[in-house]
Amino acid sequence: MKNIYLRVKLWAALPALSLLLLVSGCGELTVLDPKGPVGESQKDLIIFSIILMLIIVAVVFIAFTYMIVKYRDRPGRDEKDYDPDHHGNTTLEIVWTVIPLIIVTALSIPTVITIYELEEAPEASSDKEPLVVYATTADWKWFFSYPEENIETVNYLHIPTDRAIEFRLSSADSMASLWIPALGGQKYNMAGMENTLYLQADEEGTYEGRNSNYNGSGFAEHTFEVHAENEEDFESWVEKVKNTAPELTQEEYDSLLAPGLEEELEFSSTHLDYVDHGTNEGRDYLIERHKDAFEEPLHLKGGRGAGDE
Amino acid sequence: MEFIDFLLEDFFVTGQPLIYGAMVSIVLVSIAIVFVLSYFKKWGWLWREWLTTVDHKKIGIMYIIAALAMLFRGGVDALLMRTQLTLPGMEFLDSQHYNEIFTTHGTIMIIFMAMPFLIGLMNYIVPLQIGARDVAFPFLNALSFWSFAFGAMIFNLSFVIGGSPDAGWTSYTPMAGATLNPGPAQNYYLIGLQVSGIGTLATGINFIVTILKMRAPGMKMMRLPIFTWSTFITSIIIVFAFPILTVALALMTIDRIFGSHFFTLTGEGMPMMWANLFWLWGHPEVYIVILPAFGIFSEIISTFARKQLFGYKAMVYSMVVIAGLSFVVWVHHFFTMGAGGAVNSFFSITTMLIAVPTGVKIFNWLGTMYKGRIRFDTPMLWSLAFIPCFVIGGVTGVMLAMAAADYQYHNTYFLVAHFHYVLIAGTVFGCFAGLTYWYPKMFGHKMNEKLGKISFWFFVIGFNVCFFPMYFLGFAGMPRRTYTIEPEWMALNVTASIGAILMAIGFAVFVYNIYYSFRYSQRETHGDTWDGRALEWATTTPVPFYNFATVPKIEGPEAYWRMKENGRTTYEKEKVEPIHMPSDSGVPFVMMAFMFIASFGLIWEWIGIAIAGLIGVLACMVIRSFDYDDGFYVSVEEIKQTEKKAREGEQ
Repeated sequence: MKNIYLRVKLWAALPALSLLLLVSGCGELTVLDPKGPVGESQKDLIIFSIILMLIIVAVVFIAFTYMIVKYRDRPGRDEKDYDPDHHGNTTLEIVWTVIPLIIVTALSIPTVITIYELEEAPEASSDKEPLVVYATTADWKWFFSYPEENIETVNYLHIPTDRAIEFRLSSADSMASLWIPALGGQKYNMAGMENTLYLQADEEGTYEGRNSNYNGSGFAEHTFEVHAENEEDFESWVEKVKNTAPELTQEEYDSLLAPGLEEELEFSSTHLDYVDHGTNEGRDYLIERHKDAFEEPLHLKGGRGAGDE
Repeated sequence: MEFIDFLLEDFFVTGQPLIYGAMVSIVLVSIAIVFVLSYFKKWGWLWREWLTTVDHKKIGIMYIIAALAMLFRGGVDALLMRTQLTLPGMEFLDSQHYNEIFTTHGTIMIIFMAMPFLIGLMNYIVPLQIGARDVAFPFLNALSFWSFAFGAMIFNLSFVIGGSPDAGWTSYTPMAGATLNPGPAQNYYLIGLQVSGIGTLATGINFIVTILKMRAPGMKMMRLPIFTWSTFITSIIIVFAFPILTVALALMTIDRIFGSHFFTLTGEGMPMMWANLFWLWGHPEVYIVILPAFGIFSEIISTFARKQLFGYKAMVYSMVVIAGLSFVVWVHHFFTMGAGGAVNSFFSITTMLIAVPTGVKIFNWLGTMYKGRIRFDTPMLWSLAFIPCFVIGGVTGVMLAMAAADYQYHNTYFLVAHFHYVLIAGTVFGCFAGLTYWYPKMFGHKMNEKLGKISFWFFVIGFNVCFFPMYFLGFAGMPRRTYTIEPEWMALNVTASIGAILMAIGFAVFVYNIYYSFRYSQRETHGDTWDGRALEWATTTPVPFYNFATVPKIEGPEAYWRMKENGRTTYEKEKVEPIHMPSDSGVPFVMMAFMFIASFGLIWEWIGIAIAGLIGVLACMVIRSFDYDDGFYVSVEEIKQTEKKAREGEQ
């Protein structure tokens, strides 16, 4: 009997406990504090679903607690409410089939609408053409090519605020996934094909971006930084790169493709002059050149900034 | 010299203190086993009673013992990972080592722990529940077990010989292909799963035939105990899903070993086809490990609420619907592949629909307790804890099903939290519940209640402390499979690691309870420990090898409940006839031992050894084909003596 009260209390304590964890400064919940319209629409969907789900959880938990408290075997219990042959109730069963169906419908409609919305550039900046950035990965680094500006960066990128970014995603080898949680959801980078992902920043700042899809021994450090700045600052950054950075020769690009980690780099031309890994012709470009370079995996230790090999 | 270089550099895994420790303990344990068996002269006993047995009950027990060992291995992997992830900057495991560990953790827990544990329970219980004397194909059943056992052995060998696979349990190509992932490690994954998969497929066929053809007279399909129903539906899923895995594994094996281009980047291969094939099997697979657990919970909740199952038909149909839907949701594992709005919308909706039949089941369990008289023995505690925990896992599953939101959850700890909430609360609680529930039937004594409750509370509280924070880690942007954490994720990770320790204590107490109960528990004198309702409780404890002296005629659902009301037993003296039973055979064990050799050759690409092993396998098939032994008869005399002895305590 003691157990029952204990368990009731424990289950009641669970949400309270989690809330406590939440407010006790366990870091920011980036996904729930987005900095752009894409992440915003996803956050709205998430919050909507959490509310509906909490109602379901509450209903089940209350019914569950009621059953195990009221119908537990205890000395001196009234036998009148024990009915061993009771085995169904059609009305009730229909009710708890139909209500979940209604909930699923309620969730499906905004889900489908948002799915289709995210296939297009955000409406908030429909007055401007999206900025095209080719985001290409190779184990374990990121190449960002700006074809219009004719510049390329490695492991970081600059974007203007209040303008949609049209990422053209592809990979030179393993499958990766470009994810900037503060700006919105992710999509896969795959060799031999191209995915389009629209994101946009409304606030200036530096955001963490990463490959979220496991791809081997350098995965944890397959990350990059996103610098979102106003149109003016962005333009002057582009100018600076154009004027000061070296050109990206094919030879240099080929050597950068070899598996391993790389620091932040910038160039005043793009690798798209030599290969587009998002096309069928470009899919085995890296393998042709670095076939035997994958024999020894990386043995990273202690995370970023810990003096890794 | 070259040979020694090879041994030290490629063959044995060197340079890792943890693995040296494991090697030493493997050698010591092996020596200890050989010593004990020789000292007590038990080699013959081991061969006769266990290695050659075709008895579904013994095979079931072997499955469960192996699964517990694998739960230990997978659990140690989990603790190593939690240690590494507790604090930022930890240098306990390097990235490569961590990757190997999370790969083996996932693969072992799903393929070599969850499935064999449930198949072990099915093996023991299903024939008893339907009034059969064994499964339909006892020889095949032994073959299934040994294919699993040797498959598991192959897979586990990898961490001391050749290195563990490191491409994740999903092993996506091209990362898992020969170019990006050279060496034997990934071959261990492919061959280990292939060998044990053959056994699983055979088990599926075996149980379909058993349940369709070997029910006691009068046991119509709609009178089957619900656990048997769940086994039947699971078996159908196995038969449709496993061939996909078999083919996919074979294609990747041919890619890696013989240089074909099914999933490669070169030569017009289609790497993304692997992801599709994998999840075409992989999603049904998660229902293969959850439906039997649903069956177990249904049995236990009904027994301990002392009531009929609420909505039996709805329970059956909802499982059928879940099984059907399980084949049309696989794309939700990669909404982010960019398949477009229509595809993602379709798979979002099919996935969310699974919540409907699952919800029906949840409410039916609550309905079963309504107007019941609930006892809180350990099996019931596990079943009760399942409901709230699984609901949390379920609703977060619905959240993940919303593709547009999934772009933010995908590959994060939100997902990790979700699938641990459904797989641990569903499958692991189910296995523990089922084992403690049927334990007296299997071993003739209950597991100690007090220790059982201690292990239960440690495990369940630990589970929630470990995995609930992970939902928030997902929102905080922590990706799964990362070997290191950022400082801002620390508090929640420390909490999770504390939970993991509590779970480990719970599991340790559970295992200790097995030993303690073996030593001290009161022996059962009666076959019906819990005042049960299905036919397995009609047998005596221990169950005679032929199960039923006389097979009762079934007159309705809850067969044994009715028999008790009418004062009938499974031993009606005047009706005893000689019983036909299958003969034991050493062929399954030997055949799979040859398969082991063949596998080892294939993994190291030593084709000569692989062919030699396969010839051995073929030879065993030939021997089996010309085996005209079709069993033996148990005499009436022997049956009467056995039953008299077994039923002494009951009078």
